[in-house]
Amino acid sequence: MARVTASAYTSHVPAIGAALDHGRTHEPYWQKVFGGYEFSKRWLRDNPPDVVFLVYNDHANAFSLEIIPTFAIGTAAEFAIADEGWGPRPVPKVIGHPELAAHIAQAVIQEDFDLTIVNRMDVDHGLTVPLSLLCGQPQAWPCRVIPFAVNVVQYPVPSGRRCFQLGQAIRRAVESYDEPLKVQIWGTGGMSHQLQGPRAGLINREWDNRFLDRLIADPAGLAQVPHIEYVREAGSEGIELVMWLIARGAMADVAGGPPPRVAHRFYHVPASNTAVGHLILENAN
Amino acid sequence: MALDKPYRDIPGTTIFDADESRKGYWLNQFCMSLMKADNRARFKAGERAYLDEWPMTEAQKQAVLARDLNRCIALGGNIYFLAKIGATDGRSFQQMAGSMTGLSEEDYRKMMVGGGRPIEGNRYRHEWERK
Repeated sequence: MARVTASAYTSHVPAIGAALDHGRTHEPYWQKVFGGYEFSKRWLRDNPPDVVFLVYNDHANAFSLEIIPTFAIGTAAEFAIADEGWGPRPVPKVIGHPELAAHIAQAVIQEDFDLTIVNRMDVDHGLTVPLSLLCGQPQAWPCRVIPFAVNVVQYPVPSGRRCFQLGQAIRRAVESYDEPLKVQIWGTGGMSHQLQGPRAGLINREWDNRFLDRLIADPAGLAQVPHIEYVREAGSEGIELVMWLIARGAMADVAGGPPPRVAHRFYHVPASNTAVGHLILENAN
Repeated sequence: MALDKPYRDIPGTTIFDADESRKGYWLNQFCMSLMKADNRARFKAGERAYLDEWPMTEAQKQAVLARDLNRCIALGGNIYFLAKIGATDGRSFQQMAGSMTGLSEEDYRKMMVGGGRPIEGNRYRHEWERK
């Protein structure tokens, strides 16, 4: 049977991708960011997944205002890299896992989560920056990836509670898949940031760190936090953090298993306009 | 009954909800069109003429021509869509975000390196009105 071996969480700032793609990783400003991922790259090499179920949001690239799916699962064999207006990032295309994706879609829809199924979708920095941070700059990504896009652009976005419940359903779906795949689930976006209006540049270090503490030790309690607290305390774009609760909901302890091991934790301000947070949680073998 | 919108009392912040999205639909769809290189070239060659191809309001067109992002947002624009204008102009996300704050590019960059805009005094509208 397939199983969820670990979850990883990281911000997905576009400027991080630009710094990587333009060879600026050695600059002191960026060293402070990338230094936090050195462990993670080794960890991923030592703990290679067969599939990463990657929860992210599209930033007006694959989805315009014509169609705004709340939860969209990518079931295609491969996904092209989006041109976000600066040209596509020079990174490998993303190879999907259509069989597992279709299985998860069927299982969680039958548990009342009304996913949108997407067979053609370009993936933007929300998905590719986390891959770059944990995989480096390979010729091909080291594993299959199932893109899972969450609407956090137009309000109302899904609640933390709903995201946490969905993660639990995804875990059950993975565990009912016959092939013995090692699956990681990644939650991306955040941490505190605001990109718009006179309050742009907001960072809330204390709130972010409390979020990390609670994500580790009290995810069910954290899932009760309402939208208004995210946007007031962590900025209008800080709401992306609800996506981390999907990944957290898929961990074993939520279903009565042992608590996860914290393999890595990192926090840094800033990357461009944003607070960078990163966490790796492992399920017991 | 009116919907509850508690986020309206956050200062300097517009939450892009269904009402904003409806107001800004064509403004945002115009922005989206700039993802195609051909459209970027046509827009650069004649901004006004390109904007006139879209059923946007005159105020929205003026806000785009002036690159007034706060005004664009007040008229229903969303920052991820407006970022396509910035990409067309060759501006970074940090330059765009900074341009909405009243700070110079340099001062905004320094604020971010210094830990960002603090949360204290920036949670509620009334905290800004006292200033």
